[in-house]
Amino acid sequence: MTEKTPIIDVKDLRIRYGAHEAVHGVSFSIVRNEIFSIIGPAQSGKTSILRCLNRTLDFVANVTVSGSVCIDNDDVLKARDVFGLRRKIGMVAPLPVGLPLSIYENVAFAPRCSGLNAKDELDALVEKCLKQAALWYEVKDRLNSLGTALSGGQQQRLTIARALSHQPDILCLDEFSIAIDPVTTMRIEDVLKELKHEITIILVTNLTQQARRLADHTMFLWKGGIVEIDRTEVMFSEMPARRETYEYVNGIFG
Amino acid sequence: MHITTGVKFGVTSHVVRKERAQSAAQWVFRAMALAMIVPLFAIITYLVYRASPSLSWEFLVEVPRRGMRDGGIWPAFIGTLNLVVLSLAISAPIGIMAAIYLNEYARDNWFNRLINLAVINLAGVPSIVHALFGLGAFVYAAQLGYSLIAASLTLAIMTLPVIIASTREALASVPMAFREACWNTGATRWQTIRAVVLPNSISGILTGVILQVSRAAGETAPIMFTGAVFYKAVKQGDFFPYGLTDQVMALSMHLYTVATQVPNVKESIPYATAVVLMGSVLLVNASAITLRVYLRNKKKW
Repeated sequence: MTEKTPIIDVKDLRIRYGAHEAVHGVSFSIVRNEIFSIIGPAQSGKTSILRCLNRTLDFVANVTVSGSVCIDNDDVLKARDVFGLRRKIGMVAPLPVGLPLSIYENVAFAPRCSGLNAKDELDALVEKCLKQAALWYEVKDRLNSLGTALSGGQQQRLTIARALSHQPDILCLDEFSIAIDPVTTMRIEDVLKELKHEITIILVTNLTQQARRLADHTMFLWKGGIVEIDRTEVMFSEMPARRETYEYVNGIFG
Repeated sequence: MHITTGVKFGVTSHVVRKERAQSAAQWVFRAMALAMIVPLFAIITYLVYRASPSLSWEFLVEVPRRGMRDGGIWPAFIGTLNLVVLSLAISAPIGIMAAIYLNEYARDNWFNRLINLAVINLAGVPSIVHALFGLGAFVYAAQLGYSLIAASLTLAIMTLPVIIASTREALASVPMAFREACWNTGATRWQTIRAVVLPNSISGILTGVILQVSRAAGETAPIMFTGAVFYKAVKQGDFFPYGLTDQVMALSMHLYTVATQVPNVKESIPYATAVVLMGSVLLVNASAITLRVYLRNKKKW
């Protein structure tokens, strides 16, 4: 498989909540080992698409999804083993969620769920994930204290460590920086640039400048449809294909 | 509204009125809260005062003598204990598991709405109706006869809906975000429930169950129809005097009997029985509160 094979290929994805169609037939693909950012205002369908990817949309009542969402040429909408699918995708929610367990158990939770119980392997994995999330040196001496007692920024990095703990191929971050300070945000952004060499990252963000700093490709969603999708330099240049894109990323959209 | 100009934080008539209303409201609410304590202390004081001639350790551990006009209440006390433990041993596991299903697994469809409706309505059924149902279903239809097991099953049916409701409330108090975080990592619902939901709702669940002890111990009608008797000869100090198919004595029933059915009972005996009943219930409630505080302090968010 070459570098440029798409890892995710979405075709004509439609998501409706009851009678309301939130995503109107979007198609896009995401290349392996890049950061793909999705920007767009509220209600544009960003989170719906992410939740569709790991099938947590299943928990919502009255939702119907059509089209195809392929990860490695496998349609996730037809996946039999959704738990296996979710392990391939790390998901980070907007607000940090430290589970009410110790820091160690927060990270060891997912591996344990998939049957890993050997102490030394777990120890190594926990250390690796916490290091990847740039949290290890702050918490290594108190792994047994509560994850929920950490500060907001630390909890968000703990959430990232947990999302990495099941060794996913794809990491989805849904507006990860809205509850944390700029310094922590920059640290996590540095982490993401490092992680990109190992996994594919989807970054949903309201901070267009964050997309500009990090992303290789950017997709601009508006009201459930794609306005434009292109290389990030093009999206943020003086000459994107659509005028709306220029106006949105420069803050004159209204 | 008049605001004095010039003085920034000056007292205006509006401020005075506002403060008066605020302190009036505070006093009314405080008085109502205090009024709650008064009846409880009045009842306890009155009961203990009237019961004092009979209250002793012997009263608790001895068997009744001279047609229940003398002696203690051991058979009734141990009978109530048997009934409560057995009925909750039946209703707690069923209720907790049903509540877990309803809160964690069930989707919002007509069938589960029907179950919810049934639970709510069952909780509102008067105890005498439960008694009649127990008589028909357990005593006659299931041919258990008037027995400990029939009475316990009736009490179990009676406590079940309340246990389901309180357990659901405890489960619902665990934030949804915790569940979603677990599902996102590929955990199944059961793994999520076991690792995160149950450990954080167990205090609420147990409190709900324990509070049903007082209800099961206090209700008279359901056991009167299904297995409680006026008198049963029991050896003193015997902890398991009743077989599952035996009829039992119970404190609530005993209180009714000595207060209304037996002539020439020493006046203090019904009061002493009431003190024992109330004392045991308060003891159980106190232990529920202690457990709650203990588990609450271990709560992790």
